[in-house]
Amino acid sequence: MTIVVGYVPTPEGEAALTQAITEARKSNTRLLVINSSRGDALVDNRYAQEPDIQSIEDRLATQGIDHEIKQPVRGHDAAAEVLDAAEEHNAELIVIGLRRRTPVGKLIMGSVSQRILLEADCPVLAVKAG
Amino acid sequence: MDVWSSLMDGFATALTPMNFLYAVIGVLLGTAVGVLPGLGPAMTVALLLPVTYALEPTSAFIMFAGIYYGGMYGGSTTSILLNTPGESSSVVTAIEGNKMAKAGRAAQALATAAIGSFVAGTIGTALLAVFAPIVVEFAVSLGAPSYFAIMVLALLAVTAVLGSSRLRGFASLGLGLAIGLVGIDSVTGQRRLTFGQPLLADGLDIVVVAVAIFAVGEALWVAAHLRRNPLHVIPVGRPWMGRKDWGRSWKPWLRGTAFGFPFGALPAGGAEIPTFLSYVTEKRLSKHPEEFGKGAIEGVAGPEAANNAAAAGTLTPLLALGLPTNATAAVMLAAFTTYGIQPGPQLFSSQGPLVWALIASLFIGNLLLLLINLPLAPLWAKLLQLPRPYLYAGILFFATLGAYSVNLQAFDLVVLLVLGALGFMMRRFGLPVLPLILGVILGPRIEGQLRKTLQLSAGDPAGLFSEPIAIVVYIIVALILVWPFVLKLIRRNRPQAAGAPSAPAAPSGSSAPSGSSAPAELPGRQEPAARTETTVHAPGSGHEDRTVRSDKKETP
Repeated sequence: MTIVVGYVPTPEGEAALTQAITEARKSNTRLLVINSSRGDALVDNRYAQEPDIQSIEDRLATQGIDHEIKQPVRGHDAAAEVLDAAEEHNAELIVIGLRRRTPVGKLIMGSVSQRILLEADCPVLAVKAG
Repeated sequence: MDVWSSLMDGFATALTPMNFLYAVIGVLLGTAVGVLPGLGPAMTVALLLPVTYALEPTSAFIMFAGIYYGGMYGGSTTSILLNTPGESSSVVTAIEGNKMAKAGRAAQALATAAIGSFVAGTIGTALLAVFAPIVVEFAVSLGAPSYFAIMVLALLAVTAVLGSSRLRGFASLGLGLAIGLVGIDSVTGQRRLTFGQPLLADGLDIVVVAVAIFAVGEALWVAAHLRRNPLHVIPVGRPWMGRKDWGRSWKPWLRGTAFGFPFGALPAGGAEIPTFLSYVTEKRLSKHPEEFGKGAIEGVAGPEAANNAAAAGTLTPLLALGLPTNATAAVMLAAFTTYGIQPGPQLFSSQGPLVWALIASLFIGNLLLLLINLPLAPLWAKLLQLPRPYLYAGILFFATLGAYSVNLQAFDLVVLLVLGALGFMMRRFGLPVLPLILGVILGPRIEGQLRKTLQLSAGDPAGLFSEPIAIVVYIIVALILVWPFVLKLIRRNRPQAAGAPSAPAAPSGSSAPSGSSAPAELPGRQEPAARTETTVHAPGSGHEDRTVRSDKKETP
């Protein structure tokens, strides 16, 4: 069994990661960190760079958690990547960070969190930043 | 003074509200395409050509000039903040600029690039205003044989000196000349390369060719290489410089200008060689040589000044001789023709007000660029977050619309797609685009001069050598062509002289990889759309070569 966490280098993403670490230690399961990008823009601030990934790696290693970090760039949106990973690894829990979005913003941009909440086959734990 | 009063008249024209507005639009668009790797001013001008048919030529050219200068500014932003040069002329800027940004001095790097560009652009434009009339005076005395020789020089030099491979350069030039031949021969009325297709009898419209090669080819290429790991832009506030930075920057600016302008003005100059020369010079002269490779401000100031001065230099042969030396100038030359303006030495006399308004608008554009670039640099960097499918969908839409609107013929769309596929294949196989565009645009004009010469001499080829200037130019051409072989010989002989006198011309020597010519190994891609890795060679230094990828930055 695995816990899947959707990570982005933002306060929400950090909150999700912290919560996921707590859950993983509690139930002593494997932690799968997913940080993805569609990869169609030259710059994507939600795609973690090398130093970020390294620090997460260190953090998980010092906590002694069995983990894996994946950064798929396949043209799928973040929700699809997280759901794919959850299905593939038969996840027992998905952890995501929620951010506040105005109704109009949600209308235009859609919501990654909402799609994960609605389509996941396992429990989803949604946390807020701060 | 005549130049002075003409220039003042030019300012009067360029500062009318409408023309000023077009200058603003031009510099904004230019900066935007400069920031985005893969898009360049040449493509933008080609895309806008059909749209600007309705405009007065003066307004259109003021906008084009703004795009051209803006592209030069924009490229540095991406170089510094992302280590991905937006333009090939900014490849060198990335070396020190990105290091500065990583060391937390992005604001200073952007500031010295912008102010240096302004200084160099202004000086370069002033030199243009002074020198162009002098060149014209000289040029009106030239006859058809000399013109033919100079054009041959321009074509060969661009093909042989720039770019990484001569073979590819000449292949591309051949393609361009062939495309330029399509249509009815103006002297004999013969149909050439029309394949019995009456719609080809008028020749291929240069706008369609340029749009296809630059826009469609590029869009297809990007579509084929869409997915890659995105990067982060180094965050930066408002660019500024301290007193120490000014002190270290002003000399490189001036030296960069001195390198850039003459190289831009020469056929085959381009902006890559002077930026590189400027970098090497600054490295040698710097009081802080240890900072080079770690983010030395001189290494940003010099090359950025050089590329803007080269941009001004490029306009000298374009306006004075009708001779383009880079892709944007080539498309602008095509623009002159589509407006029914005959480019060449007579341009200054026949279209005086337009030319001087254009030059005046360059001064204005430079100032505008400084004003919008200093405070807005972080905003421009945001453009890089645009998902490229949206961007290229828009470009394809404009390309199709533009190609169709030229003649309102569906056949042009077929031509657009076929040539777009050609542009894609050229990128795929590393053929430079510039020789092709120059071939298409200059080919028919060269042919015209050749025909004229031969008619004057009643078909005697000796007529080609009837003017002293022509002979001098042919000697230069010969030198350019022979030089790499001489270099190869020297290289081959040197190890032999050092070692034992073995059998001459051992086959191992000929199979050794030989660079085409010395300058060809410089950051040598003149095309904004150029795609292969550009190796920036930093000789005479301890640290190893760095590879700057001009567009693709893939992390495994």
